[in-house]
Amino acid sequence: MKKTEGLGPAVLLVFLFFLIWEMAARAVNMVFILPPPTGILSKLWELREPLFAEHLPSTLAVIMIGLAISVVVGAGIAVWMSISSAAEKALYPLIISSQMIPIIALAPIFVLWFGYSIWSKVVVTVLITFFPITVNTYDGLQSASKDLRELMMTMGAGKKEIFFKLLLPAALPHFYSGLKVAVTLSVIGAAIGEWLGAQAGLGYFSRRMMTQFDGAAVFAPIILLAAIGIVLFILVKLMENKSLKWRKTS
Amino acid sequence: MSKCGRERNKKVLQFENVAFSYHDKKQGRSVPVLQNINIDMYDREFIAIIGPSGSGKSTLFRLISGLENPDEGRIFINGEVQKCRLGKVGYMPQQDLLMPWRTVIENAALPLELKGVRKEEAHKQILPLLEEFGLRGMEHRFPHELSGGMKQRVSFLRTSLSGSNVLLLDEPFSALDAITRLSMQEWLMNQWEKRKATIVLVTHDVSEALFLADRIFIFTERPVRSLQEVNVPLGRPRRLNDLNEPAIISLKNDLIEQLRGKVIT
Repeated sequence: MKKTEGLGPAVLLVFLFFLIWEMAARAVNMVFILPPPTGILSKLWELREPLFAEHLPSTLAVIMIGLAISVVVGAGIAVWMSISSAAEKALYPLIISSQMIPIIALAPIFVLWFGYSIWSKVVVTVLITFFPITVNTYDGLQSASKDLRELMMTMGAGKKEIFFKLLLPAALPHFYSGLKVAVTLSVIGAAIGEWLGAQAGLGYFSRRMMTQFDGAAVFAPIILLAAIGIVLFILVKLMENKSLKWRKTS
Repeated sequence: MSKCGRERNKKVLQFENVAFSYHDKKQGRSVPVLQNINIDMYDREFIAIIGPSGSGKSTLFRLISGLENPDEGRIFINGEVQKCRLGKVGYMPQQDLLMPWRTVIENAALPLELKGVRKEEAHKQILPLLEEFGLRGMEHRFPHELSGGMKQRVSFLRTSLSGSNVLLLDEPFSALDAITRLSMQEWLMNQWEKRKATIVLVTHDVSEALFLADRIFIFTERPVRSLQEVNVPLGRPRRLNDLNEPAIISLKNDLIEQLRGKVIT
């Protein structure tokens, strides 16, 4: 309830923003540089065939494959670090410093390695999305109460039982926080990957339209990219509410 | 588990010349907590242990439950020295320590699950118990929806489902308000009378110890070299009014005086 009430001002602000944009664009009257929102929408409709049939599925594939790999690898590394202090000592600093490398600058090398195939884009997506998942899940696994762990030991619980019945449930809220950050980043990752070299995809399409000075057609796929991010975020939020019922009721 | 009456001479818990010291990492030396301790606790006894904070009461529990091992001496549970005491006694911690993601019934089922009892089977066992634990209709609530007293009862239910005949309660009521505490003490006594268990209760509340226990052990010095033992001169069943007997009042004052002299500040 609280949430929907809270959305009112945001909707109003966005509406106002588009209204001013619309008026400014009409005043400037240079459609190829600053297209009005209505112009972008009509362009979206006009280009619906290539956008929805070709470019959207291509980008979605990159995002979904990238996220899937990130979740498996990211959560896997987090679990490994939490059960082995040697792994933690070796990997944790590396994972932190991997984020200091500008991945966008590194991306061309993936095109060199993987060519224009889907994998060069997937690698970029994975590299920016695994970090929030790994770090949050790892923190979550560390967050389990020591007292509860000892209590389980007094009940005769072994390592495996402590992991599945204590560490994992305690880490789940943290994992979801990481995943929410990751899904928004995944859209950026896929778009960057496509700029560098692709034959299809929303990022690729947007960039190609830039070279043709078609402002509205640059924006149209960006709307779709944003929509993907929002929809993915909502999906994760729904999954979170469903599996963390105990938190929602508070 | 069918015992007829109390077998007063059957020892369920026994310390034999137990010594323990913990390693203080900050100071880099070991600090002795218990030295040469001998304790006997008998079947279906209610034992209270009182002492100021930091006097080694919790250490005693960590030793019994198997979280720590003695440096010297032996600990017998039900007449045997267990190689690993973990899982052999029921331990109820000071905070309720319920898992926030589990409902009442799921929390209570934890010790059964760890013993390999199937979930449905465990729940079937627990449902009839909820009534006498004052938790009827609460089985699907989460801990944050319960009052402090209810949480403690869930915690005690979980402890008693450990299936052990020795239950260790570590200041279970210290976080409760005075009124709730009184009714929980009466409730605990009823539970103990119904169950065939030996209860060891750590507390810093002298009245609580006198009201509930058959014998009271007092931790005063640090390290603990010997335990002073007091037999509570009250029969059973007891009522709260019994605490007003002159003999009990003077015993209470003695105990408080002793503890006050030894508070480690």
